[in-house]
Amino acid sequence: MATLHTVNKSPFERNSLDTCLSLCNNSGSILLIEDAVVGALRNTSVSERLVKAIESGVKIFALGEDLKARGLPEDRVIEKITLVDYTGFVKLATENDRVQSWL
Amino acid sequence: MKFTIQVNTGPFTHQASDSAYRFTLAALESGHEIHRIFFYHDGVNNATMMCAPPQDDRNLQVLWTELAAQYELDMVVCVAAAQRRGIMDKKESERNGKEFANIAPGFQISGLGQLVEAAVASDRLMVFGD
Repeated sequence: MATLHTVNKSPFERNSLDTCLSLCNNSGSILLIEDAVVGALRNTSVSERLVKAIESGVKIFALGEDLKARGLPEDRVIEKITLVDYTGFVKLATENDRVQSWL
Repeated sequence: MKFTIQVNTGPFTHQASDSAYRFTLAALESGHEIHRIFFYHDGVNNATMMCAPPQDDRNLQVLWTELAAQYELDMVVCVAAAQRRGIMDKKESERNGKEFANIAPGFQISGLGQLVEAAVASDRLMVFGD
């Protein structure tokens, strides 16, 4: 059973991304939305943890529109994170067996 | 696929209402079914027709109402959350001895049972909130 986890808090403000990463198994996917998109950037205190999760099999996505709304350029995003739009968000929700929102 | 959308925050407190709207629109445009949109906690503030933001700001209530009309959506507002925040239809307004009703077209007031029913009847429950 694959789970899509949506995280909407900045990892520099709350620890929901951290908790999500520790509970997400390697068949899971994590989508960073709203303020959580800042966690998708390279060279931050959380980027190493995200890269490790990706290397262990977790798929990580970020909502491109929320990055853009915050003035964050796509070229600063960790290479292995896939950017999606809202249609991609819907697709991720259908491809996984369930969705867990980390509010 | 059948989705139910739960909205827990108001349009002027957090991005979640906008995210929920954009997700709902994308799901409908991708050919999916929205079984119900349930407005809970501060999310009930999406349903007041007395909201008048500046013209260059988006008016989510109007956007929801238009979307509901276009796609015949079932938009339910939690009665207990709504009463606390002054969102009422005519019946609730009279029952509480108030002068006005302010619920916007397309929204209806009902109970938490509607959320449970929707969660059971849908393939996915999407929760948007703070």
